[in-house]
Amino acid sequence: MSEEKAIQKILVIGSGPIVIGQAAEFDYSGTQACQSLKEEGYEVILANSNPATIMTDYTFADQVYMEPLTVEFLSKIIRKERPDALLPTLGGQIGLNLAVELNDAGVLKEMDVRLLGTSLDAIQKAEDRELFRSLMREINQPVPESDIVSTADEAVASASHIGYPVIVRPAYTMGGAGGGICNDEEELRQTVRAGLDFSPVHQCLIEKNIAGFKEIEMEVMRDKRDNCIIVCSMENIDPVGIHTGDSIVVAPTQTLSDRDFQILRNASTDIIRSLGIEGGCNVQLAMDPHSFDYYVIEVNPRVSRSSALASKATGYPIAKIAAKIAIGMTLDEIRNPVTETTYACFEPALDYVVCKIPRWPFDKFEDGNRVLGTQMKATGEVMAMGRTLEEALLKGVRSLEQTDGDFYDPIFDSFSDEELTQHMLRADDRRLFVLAEAIRRGMPLEDIHEITKIDWFFLRKLETILLLERELERDGWSNERVYVAKQKGFSDTQLARVLNTTAGYITKKRREEGIIPVYKMVDTCAGEFESRTPYFYSTYEPFNESVVTDKKKVLVIGSGPIRIGQGVEFDYATVHSVLALKEMGYEAIIINNNPETVSTDFSVSDKLYFEPLTVEDVMNVVDLEQPEGAIVQFGGQTAVNLANGLEAQGVSILGTTIESIQATEDRDSFEQLLNDLDVKHPGGKSVKEKDEAYEVAEAIGYPVLVRPSYVLGGRAMEIVYSKEELSHYLTRFVSNGHPVLVDKYVTGKEVEVDAITDGSDVLIPGIMEHIERAGVHSGDSMAVYPPKQLSEDVKKQLEEATVKIARNLPLTGLINIQFVVHEEQAYVLEVNPRASRTVPFLSKITGIQMARLATKMMMGGTLQQEGYSTGVAEEQVGVYVKVPVFSFEKLRSVDTTLGPEMKSTGEVIGYDETLEKALYKGMLAAGLSIPDHGSVLLTVADKDKEEIVPLAATLVDLGFHLIATAGTADILKSRNLPVTTVGKVGEEQDVLSVIREDKVQMVVNTLNRKRKAHTDGFRIRREAVEYGKACFTSVDTASAAVDVLRSMSLTSRPLMNQGGTFL
Amino acid sequence: MRKLILEDGTVMKGYGFGSERSVFGEIVFQTGMTGYQEVMSDPSYCSQIVTFTYPLIGNYGINRDDFETIFPSLFGVVVKEHCAFPSNFRKEESIDEFLKARDIPGISGVDTRQLTKIIRENGTMKAMIVDESFSSEEALKEMQETNLPHDQVETVSADKPYVIPNRGERITIIDYGMKNGLLRAFMENNCHVTVVPYHTSAEEILRQKPDGVFLSNGPGNPADIPEATETVKQLIGKVPMFGVCMGHQLIARACGATTHKLHFGHRGVNQPVFDKKTKRTYMTSQNHGYSVDDNSIMSTNLEVTQYSLNDNTVEGLKHSIYPVFSVQYHPESTPGPEDTGHLFEEFLTVVRQEKGEKTNV
Repeated sequence: MSEEKAIQKILVIGSGPIVIGQAAEFDYSGTQACQSLKEEGYEVILANSNPATIMTDYTFADQVYMEPLTVEFLSKIIRKERPDALLPTLGGQIGLNLAVELNDAGVLKEMDVRLLGTSLDAIQKAEDRELFRSLMREINQPVPESDIVSTADEAVASASHIGYPVIVRPAYTMGGAGGGICNDEEELRQTVRAGLDFSPVHQCLIEKNIAGFKEIEMEVMRDKRDNCIIVCSMENIDPVGIHTGDSIVVAPTQTLSDRDFQILRNASTDIIRSLGIEGGCNVQLAMDPHSFDYYVIEVNPRVSRSSALASKATGYPIAKIAAKIAIGMTLDEIRNPVTETTYACFEPALDYVVCKIPRWPFDKFEDGNRVLGTQMKATGEVMAMGRTLEEALLKGVRSLEQTDGDFYDPIFDSFSDEELTQHMLRADDRRLFVLAEAIRRGMPLEDIHEITKIDWFFLRKLETILLLERELERDGWSNERVYVAKQKGFSDTQLARVLNTTAGYITKKRREEGIIPVYKMVDTCAGEFESRTPYFYSTYEPFNESVVTDKKKVLVIGSGPIRIGQGVEFDYATVHSVLALKEMGYEAIIINNNPETVSTDFSVSDKLYFEPLTVEDVMNVVDLEQPEGAIVQFGGQTAVNLANGLEAQGVSILGTTIESIQATEDRDSFEQLLNDLDVKHPGGKSVKEKDEAYEVAEAIGYPVLVRPSYVLGGRAMEIVYSKEELSHYLTRFVSNGHPVLVDKYVTGKEVEVDAITDGSDVLIPGIMEHIERAGVHSGDSMAVYPPKQLSEDVKKQLEEATVKIARNLPLTGLINIQFVVHEEQAYVLEVNPRASRTVPFLSKITGIQMARLATKMMMGGTLQQEGYSTGVAEEQVGVYVKVPVFSFEKLRSVDTTLGPEMKSTGEVIGYDETLEKALYKGMLAAGLSIPDHGSVLLTVADKDKEEIVPLAATLVDLGFHLIATAGTADILKSRNLPVTTVGKVGEEQDVLSVIREDKVQMVVNTLNRKRKAHTDGFRIRREAVEYGKACFTSVDTASAAVDVLRSMSLTSRPLMNQGGTFL
Repeated sequence: MRKLILEDGTVMKGYGFGSERSVFGEIVFQTGMTGYQEVMSDPSYCSQIVTFTYPLIGNYGINRDDFETIFPSLFGVVVKEHCAFPSNFRKEESIDEFLKARDIPGISGVDTRQLTKIIRENGTMKAMIVDESFSSEEALKEMQETNLPHDQVETVSADKPYVIPNRGERITIIDYGMKNGLLRAFMENNCHVTVVPYHTSAEEILRQKPDGVFLSNGPGNPADIPEATETVKQLIGKVPMFGVCMGHQLIARACGATTHKLHFGHRGVNQPVFDKKTKRTYMTSQNHGYSVDDNSIMSTNLEVTQYSLNDNTVEGLKHSIYPVFSVQYHPESTPGPEDTGHLFEEFLTVVRQEKGEKTNV
């Protein structure tokens, strides 16, 4: 029982949009916290600007405010709701920073809001480098020698006495934004300059480089009685030097003796006690591999990415328990939700090995700098469990979906030893494969250890895998050898490669020989106590623990790691599908491998299999569970890609059928379908040969939109304007066997429609109109609901086309259609027979629980039964915009210009009475700093020069000063607009220097047709990112921003409940 | 190939490592994720076959520092996987090399989670590690006919008294199978330590004029050593006393309480213990198969100070008249959390107080 009787209403701050360094883990922790608080009878008010999350669902909090996470809006919410307390420690760095700001602004005091959990004092002590270091010195905890600096000169002075290389860490940033290892003065100056800009307090830490030390993390919990436990210890395979978010991590620690471990355990508990944290805390430590020496690297006085991982790795729900501690409960009075017989005050014991591997976005950002360092670059992560380390590692590798399940990347075959060495010296996202290749070709482990500093223990484990490969290659199949290989985590595709056969053959033979996996339970206590957790992982051992019930079962396939193009919104849909299945009386079984998400919380589904999403791994579960069917509709492209393989082995795919996938993904069938239905489309063709491509392009006329068939998030999609460009494109993409689609590029308004069908009726919950014209990926566009600029006739066309297509595809459930509207005519661009990114957004706005409804349709329900009929649902009052959020400051050398390839990592919502107000809130929530006065830099491509004029005129009206490069300036001058001309890159007082010198507050730069990286435009855009200027790369976005500038008084109101109306 | 055979008929195949001998002992499981070297050399495991629930054992090798005794007395080791290439700066040899040198057999490749569940459900029981060719029926018959040993304390206790001289408080440790960690705790406090065998009489102990007597841990059933209980009984009231593990059980028995065998014991480093006075819960290191009966305390001069948060068993006792107290767990840790190390200082504080009072009189 809580002792804080006075508190009844608690405000929880979420973490906002998904960016690199702050992903779905806070949806998981926030959702758990809200549930946990409601369980104890509190009224929960939630503030989070991210509409794709599960926590912002009406079911998890009493009131949800999807408003910008700024002091201004939180103050409004606090004044309106008058909460008794604020819980800021579950919304990541954003939540913590806001708590500090709200306190500084005096709002907490004025409104008498108590801060729960960790005190502000503790937050400041942990976050402020200097306070933290002096506290560490007080309690005799060693910290690496370092200095706080606020200028580049100070940094250089500091480094000269610490000695290069040094590490730069900006204060109060997440994911280490702006930091890095610097080897010389030049690198240092550059890094510090960016770091100071990123730090909200303009401070950087210059730190002794302890690269090569073991990097250890401890997840600690403490309650008000000073009870203190270590929930989980983790060891990074990558030693200190690579950000922990970018490191391959295993749990528990592997190479620490008990004595080593207790030294670090004592340090961690001393630290959490000295900070007085009540709740969860993450302590990062570095330990010398050659002595007992260690350093405290960092402390996060809150629930973090690592705590989500630790929760899934151990089964111990940290966020849930942290929320209970925050309201005054103690660990020894909270039940362990896993065993239900013991208490939360204990330290989980694992009887398996956990491996986490980050998922990086470099498959999309081929130009991006892949080298890993102190600044996190991963967008998501996978986790895998096994009874051997090799098993956990290899299951993790295939969960990444970057190979066909194999532990082999042929690209490194052709690398020279020298090149491999270089790749090991400067580790990038592919280093596991680089290490594998190095070991495979017999490079001595001594050398590899010397270069990478990776502990011998882990190198030996990699060697074990490769020696086993060699043995299989040499001696061929024997049941014992294959069984051993399976115990070490080999997939059937890996076995097929080394045994020189097909994966299909291996699978068949393996089943014949009875080499099949068993499932073990995750129970927090290594089997010491009886548990009923429905949380399992596979392994190859004699005894199976997963008891199959005789209930009707449905398997829901999750969406795997968060990546660009496949984010938390698919987890939202997955969770809702599971809830719907449970409601309908089915046993809902989920398979997924993302430790950050709500779907992998074992309390969500009836049964959770934490497994890689490959046909082999899913089939193993199917073979055991014998479900009625599998749902692939909610797991994004990951799940859809499995449909074929699963159906081939007799699994019934519910909702999205194979035929519907083929009809929409295979270009010829798609054309055929649209022609048959008499639905307009831009026209285009699927080609395999270059010449064919030129012919098609000539026939439909340039510009054309080209992309490989079967793509995700517009990967490798481009608009080409000439034969020369097309040739260049084809050289890069036509080679890998897949056909390339050549479509007419129809410029116009892009519109997105999501619909739910039961096979005959087709419900359209809402139509969304994009701000940017076709050409910008739908995931990167700002989108508006309800559409503001579509005529009734166009809306009718959209509805009719959607209904026709949905009815004529063999599918039930969700379907997503992208249209382009050109001269009052709607053309179909793309049809996705599955849940789209916009499902949570539209569900929350319209009150139609789309994923739930779709699941019911898949299981044989009808829209009529649910009270719906064919057509567009009645439009809601108000305007809702979705604004994409990017992580460009974390991804150096990635071009920020928007195009057909998706680049955003997350999204926010803005809603209000008018479009401008909604846009303003959306942009604010997205962190776009739009100035209300100052100078705007305009530098646009020739094609956009006419269009920029009205925008420039408005800016002048609003009192802005215009700065432009010569070409753009000329046209503005010709229209009598006042403008200052600046030089091209490299000239005196050039366009880059005005950005650097803070002479402009906003940049509009559009891309020239010539598509090549590292042009002047590229440098302008990157410079704007590095200096935190709002930079628009589409005239449409810029115009919208300028419209917003004409605003306006603001309101604040909560999201409506399901089926409700506005206040 | 070798196999592990349990008294209940369970047979599990695996690979041999360490000694190639066949062994017979009591099978138990231990849930710590680190500390296998300390566990294997803890005399309290005498005559037991220890199953490690953590699947990778031997990762950091065996070093020269972390032994709890020189000659390990456990009978066998069961693991999922033992590490052939350990890595740690203190590593001297692998677990395989160590067990070979000490002639202790191990078996790897066992589904230790399943084995743990069997022990949890059916209780600790007799078990054998034998060659694959050895008849399982034969083994079962042999096990039925053979009793588990009762002389573990005699086996592992010191033969003769010895002294580790220093200038601090004079502490006599009665050795029922003492871990080095206990000695270390007293050394750190500069105590003058006399270690005596378990059957040393009270008279002999008192002749040495100790400032305090410490009762160590030890293997097996406290009922097997009634002479030790008698000694403790005679010492109570004459000298401040602190006991851990076996020592704790002997204090209980000496005061008239009873002990019983636990279904599968407490063996791990994550055992939560609630202290009634401070209302705090501590993480403790534990290794015991027997426990003091809670309901037998009422009729004694003892009171329960601490209990297990997991199963409410008695974890701490205090004499209501004399300066005598005890805990069921290992405040010296090694392996495990060091959260309760302050108990040694508390004992020494009591010792100093008593000493002071005597001098003043």
